[in-house]
Amino acid sequence: MIKQVYDWVDERLNITPMWRDIADHEVPEHVNPAHHFSAFVYCFGGLTFFITVIQILSGMFLTMYYVPDVINAYESVKYLQNEVAFGVIVRGMHHWGASLVIVMMFLHTLRVFFTGAYKHPRELNWVVGMLIFFVMLGLGFTGYLLPWDNTAYFATKVGVEIAASVPFVGTFIKHLLTGGEILGAQTLARFFAIHVFFLPGALLGLLGVHFVVIRRQGISGPL
Amino acid sequence: MSKKEISRRTFLNYMLTGTGGFLAAGMTVPLLRFAVDPALKGDGAAGDMVPVTTVDKLTNEPQRFDFKVKTTDGWYKTETPLSAWVYKEGDNVIALSPVCKHLGCTVQWNTEAAYPEEFFCPCHMGRYEKNGKNVPNTPPTAPLDVYAYEVKDGKLYLGKAQPNPVGGA
Repeated sequence: MIKQVYDWVDERLNITPMWRDIADHEVPEHVNPAHHFSAFVYCFGGLTFFITVIQILSGMFLTMYYVPDVINAYESVKYLQNEVAFGVIVRGMHHWGASLVIVMMFLHTLRVFFTGAYKHPRELNWVVGMLIFFVMLGLGFTGYLLPWDNTAYFATKVGVEIAASVPFVGTFIKHLLTGGEILGAQTLARFFAIHVFFLPGALLGLLGVHFVVIRRQGISGPL
Repeated sequence: MSKKEISRRTFLNYMLTGTGGFLAAGMTVPLLRFAVDPALKGDGAAGDMVPVTTVDKLTNEPQRFDFKVKTTDGWYKTETPLSAWVYKEGDNVIALSPVCKHLGCTVQWNTEAAYPEEFFCPCHMGRYEKNGKNVPNTPPTAPLDVYAYEVKDGKLYLGKAQPNPVGGA
């Protein structure tokens, strides 16, 4: 049945070569943990992506209940965590995944650094990876404010004050972040917009480039 | 029964699909259950009885009383203003909901000169008799809802609006 549906689509759209391009490629021996167990260090990039997928999914579902508003934000988080079935698990996935994605990304960066995989001709992909790193930090920073509890409020206040200490443009950056004179309603609204629309969009674009480049250049050789 | 050989490749494919499916389900089931939760919770319990007025104020003539009900909408708690047309019939109290059964406008008692002693809805000329029964050949298709009621210490308490037992016309 599934085979027939697949064949029906394949006959019209010729999707088999697409599948081959995405999934059917050789894994060199030196990156395959089945051959050398120490090759598990090559898994961190994939794990980062896997956790990113979890973040996107759990985040999408959280927005079904969350409202970015100073009156209701905290109450809506409290409600979705305590009153909705599996709320504590869905929020837990997003909460712990947020830390884990930074850890995995850092381990991936260390592996790339210590195997020298960033060298010619892969310098460009290192740069793309750094951009992804900053986007991830931005997602962490903006997402931290959204529960609108004391931790969120004062962590963001500190972050905004650090940004404000930049010479000359500090005040401008501060107002750009807070959207007004104080850290309040407008800050929460724009942090939400940045967290769920702008940065995920940028992240998906950068990840696409990251993956296309690695497939084009291939995995770097053994040490 | 004949033994059907399966190749090592097929066996590994089954194992991989099974394990992968199990892991994927572990991830997606909480998400989906989380999303459908409001649909599975169903309607809330009967709700609280709210004090509306004292019984000695009631007469044979329907009078309008306004009261407020606490509504919980997820994390948002609010007070919804409601009204009832209440009259006494012997020892019984009849408390009718003013929400027209046609399209939800608000009906008034005895306001239209052409139709005295009736509930009248100005939106589409809907009419009801005193007991809430809808007048045939006017837009409403069912009688006005009645509130569940309770008399305690001379006070009238109203609960949820329910279908009127007089039956539709």
